[in-house]
Amino acid sequence: METGQKDISRTKNEMSLKNEMQITFDAVSVNEAFARVAVAAFVTPLNPTIEEVSDIKTAVSEAVTNAIIHGYDAEFMKEGNSKSPNKVYLSCIIEDDVLYVEVKDKGKGIADVEQAMEPLFTTKPEMDRSGMGFAFMEAFMDDLEVISQPNMGTIIRMKKKLGTTPWIGYEE
Amino acid sequence: MEENFKVIDNYLMVKMPEEVDHHKSVYISKTADEYIMNEGVGNVVFDFEDTRFMDSSGIGVIIGRYKKISYFGGKVFAINTDTRIKRTLMICGLHKVIEIME
Repeated sequence: METGQKDISRTKNEMSLKNEMQITFDAVSVNEAFARVAVAAFVTPLNPTIEEVSDIKTAVSEAVTNAIIHGYDAEFMKEGNSKSPNKVYLSCIIEDDVLYVEVKDKGKGIADVEQAMEPLFTTKPEMDRSGMGFAFMEAFMDDLEVISQPNMGTIIRMKKKLGTTPWIGYEE
Repeated sequence: MEENFKVIDNYLMVKMPEEVDHHKSVYISKTADEYIMNEGVGNVVFDFEDTRFMDSSGIGVIIGRYKKISYFGGKVFAINTDTRIKRTLMICGLHKVIEIME
């Protein structure tokens, strides 16, 4: 690893970047790691810092975990919705130095989005859920949009501009 | 994975995996609870030495164990936390209820 690499300006690419990807995977917990690593790999052309990659991975992990444990929860499955295997739809777009992530499920949806987004609010305290998912997504990304209706599934849209944090993380 | 749980004196040491997410946290919570109930330990120590990633599921694990152990008057510790993990813990205000040591 050459330290000299750090001097390369990473925000100014000669050509503008435009890239898109979509993944559909089964709503099982083992895919949480897959999803966040896939997005992390997808943003590498933007030359992100470790901090930025970590932020993105956490936010994606939260969104995908929500889809799996809340969107397709036991209650939803009981209502005879388990005919076809449940899927999570992940799509990403890079436009210049901005990453857009969309996580979609066709699960039970959220009745009160505002309440769900409150820190520490959770419908599954018995599962040791902290209720911090949306708070983390908001904290680690620049923009968060939640579109949901009961029984209509949920769409999470997140946006993050890269190249705004310094290369070397400062202590505290 | 059982070797990640150790009882030393009155402390349950839990070695956290490299990535703490919902997939891993279910097992950690369940096993830690078994140790707390069966071995009657007074305190829990989460060791983040190997951990490079943690999301809110990890927070859930800590809060859940904190609720159990503080009922018996015990304490929860987080050790070897790197800057990232520490930041995640502090966003949730966990530093007010557990001891975080680097």
